[in-house]
Amino acid sequence: MIDLMPQFIVNIWDSLPPLVQYLTVVTWKILFVTICVILAVAFSTYFERKVIGSMQSRVGPNRVGPLGLGQPFADVIKLLIKEIVIPTESNKFLFVIAPLLSLIPALATWAVMPLHPGFTIANINAGLLYVLALTSVGVYGVILAGWATNSKYAFLGAMRSAAQIVAYEIAMGFALVGVLMAGGSLNLGVIVEAQSGGFSNWFLLPLFPLFIVYWISGVAETNRAPFDVAEGESEIVAGFHVEYSGVAFALFFLAEYANMVLISGLTALFFLGGWASPLAGWTFLLDTPLAFIAAPSFFWLFLKISFFMYSFFWFRATFPRYRYDQIMRLGWKVFIPVTIVWIAVEAVMAWLRVGPWAGLGA
Amino acid sequence: MLFHTLLFYVFATVLIGAALGVVFARNPVHSIMFLVLTFFQAAVLWLMAEAEFLAIVLVLVYVGAVMVLFLFVVMMLNVEVEAVKRGLVRYAPLAIVISLIMAVELVQLIWVRGAVTGASYGFAPNPEGYDNTKALGAVLYTEHVYAFEIAAVVLLLAIVAAITLTMRKRPGLKVQDIGKQVSVRAKDRVRIVKMKSESKS
Repeated sequence: MIDLMPQFIVNIWDSLPPLVQYLTVVTWKILFVTICVILAVAFSTYFERKVIGSMQSRVGPNRVGPLGLGQPFADVIKLLIKEIVIPTESNKFLFVIAPLLSLIPALATWAVMPLHPGFTIANINAGLLYVLALTSVGVYGVILAGWATNSKYAFLGAMRSAAQIVAYEIAMGFALVGVLMAGGSLNLGVIVEAQSGGFSNWFLLPLFPLFIVYWISGVAETNRAPFDVAEGESEIVAGFHVEYSGVAFALFFLAEYANMVLISGLTALFFLGGWASPLAGWTFLLDTPLAFIAAPSFFWLFLKISFFMYSFFWFRATFPRYRYDQIMRLGWKVFIPVTIVWIAVEAVMAWLRVGPWAGLGA
Repeated sequence: MLFHTLLFYVFATVLIGAALGVVFARNPVHSIMFLVLTFFQAAVLWLMAEAEFLAIVLVLVYVGAVMVLFLFVVMMLNVEVEAVKRGLVRYAPLAIVISLIMAVELVQLIWVRGAVTGASYGFAPNPEGYDNTKALGAVLYTEHVYAFEIAAVVLLLAIVAAITLTMRKRPGLKVQDIGKQVSVRAKDRVRIVKMKSESKS
């Protein structure tokens, strides 16, 4: 890479102070990751409509561009040129700021994601805590949007969302306690490395109940079907974003899908080994053109994220919406006890070095 | 170092401004959002002191959980603003006395004791590979294990007490019994009556 550059660029680069070099590199990394996330969001809306369409024996979008691939861009342009209506009796400042408050944490969490061996924007020691803290801050956007709108429907949506997210966050946190016990670190890169070296090293099998709890809580945390009572279009119209239009609505939409991609990525990272390849031991592949599938790379993370995104849409097409009290019951009375029991089981099994738990927390 | 000091003063100014906003904001929801900002700034100051575990836990616990519940309650209750304003004037002398005591204690702790022990300004940077979380855990589970466990039991007690308060049975309360709902059969609910068709008369 360096060899390809003309000499004068290399010289100018070397003459810059280290702080400026660092800032330039990090800024480019941030821009790169953000643009990739936004593109992933755009195409996952297309993917969602195609998947649900085919599950319901429809065609899905097929008019804009080849195979309808231009549909996300058409939607974005439509939303951009629409007027933003601000209700008269609303709290204007909070009404405008709320979409930003839900989008910023969704994008900022990507800063600590290890996307490729050696590629992380910020490799911090308390990465897992940072992820938990930022996902819990995201709820402010929803609550403030519901309150600032000054509408009963929006307010109901906000209240439902607040109670739901607080409930499921505890289960998520406990599931992550199991992961950090197994990985022996709060650093996401170290957690992924602890799982590298083939399928049997993933935390999926030894932590299977925690994986299920984390994944379902993740679906609840993003307010997706079957836990989408905060929107509940058949009960409270559209919940917290009922009065939002144009770009403000697009921001909520972007935040929701960015959160979905994020939860998919985090689940892949914590339980399916992130960028680690399940075929790591297959040395006979090394001389073939298929060598890249045996090596750890972004390719595998992408595959895992795509699988979880597909399951998000699959759930939406197949499950009916949960009743509100059932959601609360599932969160408090089922998931939290399951996680606590499994943390104890994991600790005892790892201590006694039994079965798949033997290598954990080493 | 100058840059570091400048950052400290910027964040500290925002913190104090936000804390004043908590008291003087007209709308209780705005007050809460100012309190959230205050917590964030405090977390940033802790981060600058390289206490990343405490900083992130402050955001996680206070901003992510406690303030969400505060917001929840304030939005539901519709606090009367005028009564709160009257209370502000009435309690102002007491508040000033308490804050003065706290300020004096802090000055005593930082300046006077600092002069005695000869501590310099700022913190010595941690060595490479130092893990804040591990250091904290090592102290909590060895030296302070009894205090830690007692705090945990007190919190558990509070949870159990709060749950028991809501568990009182009122007579005539209508609650769904999921077991009964699932085991219900069609013949318990519907009675099919067979009758002959009547002839037209």
